[in-house]
Amino acid sequence: MPNMIVCVKQIADPEAPAGSFRVDESANQVVPAAGVSQVVSPFDEQAVEAALRIKDAHGGKITAISLGKSFVMDVIKKPLSMGSDELILLQDPAFEGADSRSTAYALAMAIKKVGEYDVIFCGRQAADWDAGQVGSGIAEFLGIPSVTVAKKVEFLDGKVKVERVTSDGYEVIEVSTPALITISNELGEPRYPKLKGIMAAAKKEVPTWTAQDIGADASQLGTAGARIKLLKVFQPVKEGKCEIIEGESPEEAAANLALKLREAKLI
Amino acid sequence: MADNKGVMICGEITEGKLAPITTELLGGGRKLADTLGEELSAVLIGSGIGDLATEAIAFGADKVFVVDDPLLADYRTDSYVAVIEKVVKEVSPNIALMGQTAMGRDLAPRLAFRLDTATSMDCLELSIDPDSKLLLQTRSVYGGNAMGTYVCEGTKPQIAAVRAKAMDPIEKDDSRKGEVVTIDAGLDPSMIRTTVVDKVKEEVEGIKLEDAEVIVCGGRGMGSTEAFQELEALAKLLGAAVGATRPPCDNGWVPAGMQVGLTGKIVSPTLYIAVALSGASQHMAGCSGSKNIIAINKDAEANIFNEARFGVVGDYKKVLPAFTEKVKELLAG
Ligand SMILES: Cc1cc2nc3c(=O)[nH]c(=O)nc-3n(C[C@H](O)[C@H](O)[C@H](O)COP(=O)(O)OP(=O)(O)OC[C@H]3O[C@@H](n4cnc5c(N)ncnc54)[C@H](O)[C@@H]3O)c2cc1C
Ligand SMILES: Cc1cc2nc3c(=O)[nH]c(=O)nc-3n(C[C@H](O)[C@H](O)[C@H](O)COP(=O)(O)OP(=O)(O)OC[C@H]3O[C@@H](n4cnc5c(N)ncnc54)[C@H](O)[C@@H]3O)c2cc1C
Repeated sequence: MPNMIVCVKQIADPEAPAGSFRVDESANQVVPAAGVSQVVSPFDEQAVEAALRIKDAHGGKITAISLGKSFVMDVIKKPLSMGSDELILLQDPAFEGADSRSTAYALAMAIKKVGEYDVIFCGRQAADWDAGQVGSGIAEFLGIPSVTVAKKVEFLDGKVKVERVTSDGYEVIEVSTPALITISNELGEPRYPKLKGIMAAAKKEVPTWTAQDIGADASQLGTAGARIKLLKVFQPVKEGKCEIIEGESPEEAAANLALKLREAKLI
Repeated sequence: MADNKGVMICGEITEGKLAPITTELLGGGRKLADTLGEELSAVLIGSGIGDLATEAIAFGADKVFVVDDPLLADYRTDSYVAVIEKVVKEVSPNIALMGQTAMGRDLAPRLAFRLDTATSMDCLELSIDPDSKLLLQTRSVYGGNAMGTYVCEGTKPQIAAVRAKAMDPIEKDDSRKGEVVTIDAGLDPSMIRTTVVDKVKEEVEGIKLEDAEVIVCGGRGMGSTEAFQELEALAKLLGAAVGATRPPCDNGWVPAGMQVGLTGKIVSPTLYIAVALSGASQHMAGCSGSKNIIAINKDAEANIFNEARFGVVGDYKKVLPAFTEKVKELLAG
C-alpha cells in the first residue's frame, strides 16, 4: 500500500475580485485585503484529491505537510477533512524570507523525517506567487524523479502512470517510485469534505515541527537559503476606458457593436 | 563563477522546426547580449536536428550548441536536465533563458536547483541593470494581479523562463554568420527514470489559438456545450479561433486545449471578443496582449469592462445572435 505525501500551502483566496487586490509598493508587499479569506491553494486541494483517488483504489496512507506562519486551523485542516491521515505543520521564524528553493529544502527535510514515501504530490503552482518551482525543488533535494502538470495519476506496482498536460494534449508517462508529481486543475474537482471528516479533523492533534525538528541546516533556510531576491512588486496600470455601446434593445446594441467594429476596421 | 559570460537560450523544436518560442527567445536574448556586449548562443536538443542550427543563426544566434541523440527524441526531465547541465558547465553562460512552456516549466526549476542557482518563471520583461549588470527579471505574480521584479545576485547562470509572445523575434537574416558546435549527449539510459509510453493529441480543429488574429472566447456564463456552437458560428464568419475560460474546460463543455490564461494558452490577437466571462486576472494573463478586447456581459460591473475597448452590457443570448447576424450582413455587403 502506497505511502503518500501531499504538500499544501495556505494562501489568500486567489479568486477574490481583482479590485480587492492591493500592493504596498513602498514596502514591496501584497496587502491582505479585508474580507478575503484564506484557502488551501486550489491546485494543492487537487493534489490531495489525486492522493485520495489512489487511496480509494489501493489503500495506503496520506500525510499532508504545510509550511507557513499564520495558519488558520479550519482552513489548513481541509486535507484532513477530505480524508488524509496526518497533517504536519512547519512553522519557525527561520523559514521566513524563503524563496522557492529554501521552501523546497525545508519541505524535503520534513519529508525525510516522515520517512517512507512512494509518491509525493504538489500543486503545479501556488496560486499566490505562481512560481511552480517547489515541487521540482523537493524532487531535486530528495534525488527522486518528478513529473509536472499532471491530470491523472495511477499507482501501479513499483511505478506510477501519469498523464502530463502538454500544449496540444497530453503525454502518458511511467515513472519509477518514489516519485514526485505536480497536479493541475484538469484532474477534476476535489471532493467536498464530509461532515464526519470535518468533525474528525477538528479533533485531530496536529504537530508543528521547527527547523530543529527536521534537522535543517540553517544556511539553507529562509533568506540564507534563498538564491533570488525580490526587488519590487507593483501593479500594472490599466487605462480602463471601455466605450459601452448602447441601443434601444439588446439586439440593437449588438448591431451597433458590429457597426462600431466595422468603423474601427476590426471586422 | 565570476567569469560566466554570454546569454544562452534553450531552444525548442516542434515537428522538425524551431518552435515560435525559440525565435522569441533568440530575439529577447539578442537584445540582452548586445546590451552586455556578450555573445548569444542557442542550445538545440533533440534527435535528428538537421540544419536547424543554421536557422537559429539566421534568427540571431552567434553560436549554436547541438546535442543530437536518439535518447533525446522526447522531452524527459532527467535526460534534458542532464544535457543542459552538461552544456552549462562547459559553456558557463551568464544568463540562460527558456520558454514558459510544457518543457521550460519543468526544466528551468530543476536545472536551477541542480546548479544551485535560481530561476524566475513566467517572465514578461527582462533587462540589464545598468549598474550591477545583473538580469532584472519581471514576472507575473498573484495570478496576473501584480508584477514582481527579481534579481539573482550571488549565483550563475541567472535563469529565466519567458512567457510565450513576451519577446519579439528579430527579422530572419540568412546571411548572418555563426558557429555550430556539436556536443555529445553522454547519456546513460539507466539514469532516465521516466518513459513516455504515449502521446495523445487533442488538437482543436481550425485555426490555432496561438496563431489567430481574431478570437471569440466564451466563459462560464455560456452555460453549455451547445452555447459554444453559437460562438463557433460567429468564429467561422470572422475566420476566428474559439477559446474559453477555465470553467467551460473544467466542466467538459469544451476541450482543455481551448483554455486561455495563466495556465492555458497565451494569445495576442488583433480582436478578442469575450462573451459571458468576467475577466478574472488569471484569464486576462493569457489575453491581455490582445490589441482590441470586446466584452459582452450582462453585469456592468464585471472586470472585463475595465479591460475592453468596446462593450455591450446584456444577456449574450440576446446580444450574440443579433451581433452575428449584423456581422454577416456587413461582411456580405
Ligand atoms: C512574509 C513572506 C514574504 C514572501 N514574499 C515573497 C515574495 O515576495 N516573492 C516570492 O517569490 N516569495 C515570497 N515568499 C515565499 C513564498 O511565499 C513561497 O514560499 C516561495 O516563493 C515558494 O514559491 P511558491 O509559493 O510560488 O510555490 P510554488 O513553487 O508555486 O509551489 C508549488 C507547490 O509546492 C508546494 N508548496 C509551495 N509552498 C509550500 C508551502 N509553504 N507549504 C507546503 N507546500 C508548499 C505546493 O504543493 C505548491 O502547489 C514570501 C514568504 C514570506 C513568509
Ligand atoms: C492559479 C490559477 C490559475 C488559473 N488559470 C486560469 C486560466 O488559465 N484561464 C482562466 O480562464 N481561468 C483561470 N483561472 C480561474 C480564474 O480565476 C476564474 O475563475 C475564471 O477565469 C472565471 O471564468 P469566467 O469568467 O468564465 O467565469 P465567472 O467569473 O463566473 O464569470 C462569468 C461571467 O459571465 C457573465 N454572464 C453569466 N451569464 C451571462 C449571460 N447570459 N450573458 C452575458 N453574461 C453572462 C457573468 O456576469 C460573469 O461576469 C485560474 C485560477 C487560479 C487560482
